[in-house]
Amino acid sequence: MASSDVARQLDKGARPLSLAGHVGFDSLPDQLVNKSISQGFCFNILCIGETGIGKSTLMDTLFNTNFENFESSHFEPQVKLRAQTYDLQESNVRLRLTVVNTVGFGDQMNKQESYQPVVDYIDKQFETYLQEELKIKRSLHNYHDSRVHACLYFISPSGHSLKSLDLVTMKKLDSKVNIIPVIAKADTISKSELHKFKIKIMSELVSNGVQIYQFPLDDETVAKVNTTMNGHLPFAVVGSTEEVCVGNKMVKARQYPWGVVQVENEHHCDFVKLREMLICVNMEDLREQTHTRHYELYRRCKLEEMGFKDTDPECKPVSLQQTYEAKRQEFLAELQKREDEMRQVFVQRVKEKEAELKEAERELQGRFEQLKRLHAEEKAALEEKKRLLDIDLTSFGNRKTAAALLQPPGFTVNGKKDKDRKNSGFM
Amino acid sequence: CKRKVISAKPHHPSPQGKGEKSHGGDFSYVGIDAILEQMRRKAMKQGFELNLMVVGQSGLGKSTLMNTLFKSKVSRNKSVQSNPEERIPKTVEIKSISHDIEEKGVRMKLTVIDTPGFGDQINNENCWQPIMKFINDQYEAYLQEEININRKKRIPDSRVHCCIYFIPPTGHCLRPLDVEFMRRLSKVVNIVPVIAKADTLTLEERDSFKQTIREELRANGIDVYPQKEFDEDAEDRMINDKIREMIPFAVVGSDQEYQVNGKRLLGRKTKWGTIEVENIAHCEFAYLRDLLIRTHMQNIKDITGSIHYETYRVRRLNESNGQANGVAAQHEALSHEM
Repeated sequence: MASSDVARQLDKGARPLSLAGHVGFDSLPDQLVNKSISQGFCFNILCIGETGIGKSTLMDTLFNTNFENFESSHFEPQVKLRAQTYDLQESNVRLRLTVVNTVGFGDQMNKQESYQPVVDYIDKQFETYLQEELKIKRSLHNYHDSRVHACLYFISPSGHSLKSLDLVTMKKLDSKVNIIPVIAKADTISKSELHKFKIKIMSELVSNGVQIYQFPLDDETVAKVNTTMNGHLPFAVVGSTEEVCVGNKMVKARQYPWGVVQVENEHHCDFVKLREMLICVNMEDLREQTHTRHYELYRRCKLEEMGFKDTDPECKPVSLQQTYEAKRQEFLAELQKREDEMRQVFVQRVKEKEAELKEAERELQGRFEQLKRLHAEEKAALEEKKRLLDIDLTSFGNRKTAAALLQPPGFTVNGKKDKDRKNSGFM
Repeated sequence: CKRKVISAKPHHPSPQGKGEKSHGGDFSYVGIDAILEQMRRKAMKQGFELNLMVVGQSGLGKSTLMNTLFKSKVSRNKSVQSNPEERIPKTVEIKSISHDIEEKGVRMKLTVIDTPGFGDQINNENCWQPIMKFINDQYEAYLQEEININRKKRIPDSRVHCCIYFIPPTGHCLRPLDVEFMRRLSKVVNIVPVIAKADTLTLEERDSFKQTIREELRANGIDVYPQKEFDEDAEDRMINDKIREMIPFAVVGSDQEYQVNGKRLLGRKTKWGTIEVENIAHCEFAYLRDLLIRTHMQNIKDITGSIHYETYRVRRLNESNGQANGVAAQHEALSHEM
């Protein structure tokens, strides 16, 4: 602890020296704290749990406010994450709190990919920070840190053991984020069952190699309380924003016909312990662990993946920026090549399509011509018929008039029968 | 991401009488402000680092002033050197000594960087170069560690946080050496100029000297600490304006105690009286100490880290880009050159 720090300082040949009077640098921690007050703090909590398990209610209860929540449906096709940021203030401390909730976790029939959106979200926050850190002109002290500092994993109060989904998810996340498991809706479990349940959960976590967040023991001031709390994990919590009158006080509680479960009563549930540990005692440590352990691991893996190395044994240290730049050029060249390829493919397709369309057009044109021809032919034929008909008509007409002229009087043009006419006019 | 301003009902826990009916609002303490205590604990555990550089001709009382500031022998006092073979070095040397000091549970690793030989040669052209190089080397070391893949949990900070420049008490104006040095170095490090051995100036001489120096600094575009452009808000500006009206501080150093009016005080005893170092009627040592240590130490470190270091980093990264890219980027790198 303190001795290792002093040892670390002494390795540079620094000699301890005693002061003859009051110098005044004992105000340094105050100066540091004042700067932090004016800057404000960031804290990001990720809540993972099945729909309806009480994540939003617990957040409301923890921070004593009403975050805008709405119930999610159970029919989400995929797990999604919903992040909301709030500015809270207590006395002179300003906190920018981001609460990220999973939506639809545990609802799908096939839960194999359930953990992936969560992992992706956490990695994305690390990635944005890394990008900012690698920028040339960067502003890290103004940067809104969105990396997840604490992950509350809500365990269903079955009373038996962890579900395999829980184990799989926690295993995927334990090297990326500080996991604090909590037993949700703990008012459905009796005290004796709860005790057995907690032991079962912890032993399952240990036997599966899941590393959950341990409250730090290296600072004497808080080592004792942290050790005790470590023994109470996972915390069995009950959340409620409704107030019930108990005795002569209004307390946050859940009212049942058989009694009232008081949220802040340590005999009823571990809510106070959770609030104590998460906020009052270890918030700074959670932030520090995220930065120095989880983020560094991510950064190391990412940079190694991109092909960077630290010092080459033979030559000078490889400059990160140089290699980064080279990689960037390579990447850009690759992009350019792909863009060219795609353009070519596109042009090709356009040509093909054009040809196709032209062909179709030609075909249509051909058919049109053909139809037109047919039409013309028919028209001609019809014209011909008409002409013949006309000729017939005129010749008939001529013959008729000729016949009419040749007929004796009494013969009507209509051409009544001779017999009749004979009968009528002859004798 | 939605943003909403909510105030958690602010509350400091106070005992409630048992018989009273208390409203639920009294139990609305969340505990967010406990983070201040957590930060303080963390800072105390980690300890602090401070690197101060002193620059000035020999004999101006640099070591004595350091010893007075930190009330202990942080620098070797050369005037009491019994070794006659120690000469003034031929070039500017950089000597850095570290000490672990502790006060009321706060541990600090203090490094005093001395620059013997500065301004002592006959030809002092370019005597700032070794100093500039040293400062840049510290930035470089920090940068190299920062861009490592496997990097240390806490990058050791050897960057020069503040450079105290000693102006000889001529009473007239700044010398070309002073102007050149401060002009170049104010761009890479926080400079706090002080008038050394101020007990040779009367109060009027002191005030007019200070006035002249301030005008010359302004005329040459030299931005000493606290720099105007880094004032954060109106309150900051007000405090810093008062300081800017007083710099350079006229200081007297001493590590000897004398009996004055029944008290033992640090001072210089002469035939015509005893100069009390910590008496603001006599000299401005107390203001310097307050600025450097009691009020602005964190700010000095912050400006070094977030501004001077970042400027160096931008230049350095652009330079290596220039090597990779060629002419176009080199033009940019050149434009960053001072």
